[in-house]
Amino acid sequence: MSAGTRSTTPVLSVRGLSVRFLMPGGRRVAAVTDARFDVAPGECLTLIGESGCGKSVLASALLGLLPGNARTAGSALLGDLDLLTAGERTLARTVRGRLIGLVPQSPAAHLTPVRTVRSQLEETVAALTATRGRAALRAAAEAAAERTAFPADHLDRHPHQLSGGLAQRAATALALVGDAPLLLADEPTTGLDRDLVDRTVDELRRHVDDPGDHGGGRALLMITHDLAAAERIADRVAVMYAGRIVELADAKAFFGAPGPRHPYSRALLQALPDRAFTPVPGMPPELGDLPAGCAFAARCDRATGTCAAPPPAGQVACHHPHVPEDVRA
Amino acid sequence: MLELRSITAGYTRNAPVVRDVSLTVAAGESVGLLGPSGCGKSTLARVAALLHRPDSGTLLLDGEPVRHWRHRAPRALRTAFGVVFQQARLSADPRLPLTDLIAEPLRATGRGREADDRTAELAPIVGLTPDLLTRRPHEVSDGQLQRACLARALVLRPRLLVCDEMTAMLDASTAAALVAAVESYRASTGAALLAVGHDRTLLERWCDRTVHWDVLA
Repeated sequence: MSAGTRSTTPVLSVRGLSVRFLMPGGRRVAAVTDARFDVAPGECLTLIGESGCGKSVLASALLGLLPGNARTAGSALLGDLDLLTAGERTLARTVRGRLIGLVPQSPAAHLTPVRTVRSQLEETVAALTATRGRAALRAAAEAAAERTAFPADHLDRHPHQLSGGLAQRAATALALVGDAPLLLADEPTTGLDRDLVDRTVDELRRHVDDPGDHGGGRALLMITHDLAAAERIADRVAVMYAGRIVELADAKAFFGAPGPRHPYSRALLQALPDRAFTPVPGMPPELGDLPAGCAFAARCDRATGTCAAPPPAGQVACHHPHVPEDVRA
Repeated sequence: MLELRSITAGYTRNAPVVRDVSLTVAAGESVGLLGPSGCGKSTLARVAALLHRPDSGTLLLDGEPVRHWRHRAPRALRTAFGVVFQQARLSADPRLPLTDLIAEPLRATGRGREADDRTAELAPIVGLTPDLLTRRPHEVSDGQLQRACLARALVLRPRLLVCDEMTAMLDASTAAALVAAVESYRASTGAALLAVGHDRTLLERWCDRTVHWDVLA
């Protein structure tokens, strides 16, 4: 394993991040509530949860890509810069691509369909680095492709001529051009088959471990609903439910022994086909109509009267978390 | 009940996607068809559901060879199949509230009067609450929309269900819920299942028998 747990200054430090969408008629949708986590260099934090729990809204908030009716609170510090209050000019000129590299959900849709991979790489190199001159750009683009093992003889192809795996590598190569200290991968494996998922996450892991020019390695925040992919790549896991991070845990302990502590995390793992294969009972609550207390109480077999109060803050947001003794019993 | 014999099928002449493939699904049996993306397994599933005419080969339903595909297939044959596709968004009419989406096959076969009863019966099985039924596709999540698409596939009580990567875009909990809904339908009706996918763990857990594409082709 990597040195993911070493204590260095975090690349990204999120505190009390909340996102509210103001809807017509004065309705408010609580998409993200009070998120708090750090990501260190050389570390991969995966954010997991059911679809619609607010994972992608959190990613959009970090990139300043929220729609106009969104209101944010809290802070997301990338070095000294607060991503939530930074202006569009700062975000466009110094953050996107340079401080945060985005590995997109659907590479085929992310790439420009009418231009070759080479031309897109050269454009990105010219925009993000000081490389100038046709020959130098060409060489830099080829070097960028090589970093993600994108075959040089495919550089002159258009996106529709690439397989899903190669399109993913091209998109990852673009994300790495700016040599950003933080990589943000939003569902990078959706719709890929298992072998390709494994290869994609292994490659992302390699970029996290690669010491690079800074010497400390990159930080990776990966958002996914694919638990198998999360288990393969993560150093730490954040579980999101109804807009809140309900559990933050070491990946080995979470997926192995003693297992997750929040009842929701446990139920989510039990839905996997190689575990109990039973769904979490009921449906997630509406983000526009959340209860005052624990949002999971209605679906939880450990819920009691106390769960009507907001859950405690900390590593596990639950009134009745599983403790290791339960697991042994 | 369903027998595919040396099926060759594709979309352009002289470049078949599926070449000389045979596969049998017995009555009440669940068969998983496992293969990597791009191998042609979805095309075979479309042939099996009478949605794509093969270039050559025979398809037998209850021992009778099928002669017509798509809209030319007789209604009794078409309604014997229920199909769930991978991308719920692309297979749902964006104008219809979920309740009409689910009842569409009933209306199309002149059985619109059964719509209310049948929708009320199916909604709890696939895990849709009454407030979701009045929404249109853009107001629900992918998982909720796929639940509606499964209900639509079950509404005519098909004897064979074809699920083409039904859970590939969904999270683990929704996937397990949909598989449980399919299995509860099969337990009460004895319907057969052809589940196409790339996830070995899922198909082996779900189906009586899983065949790998490499063995077929």
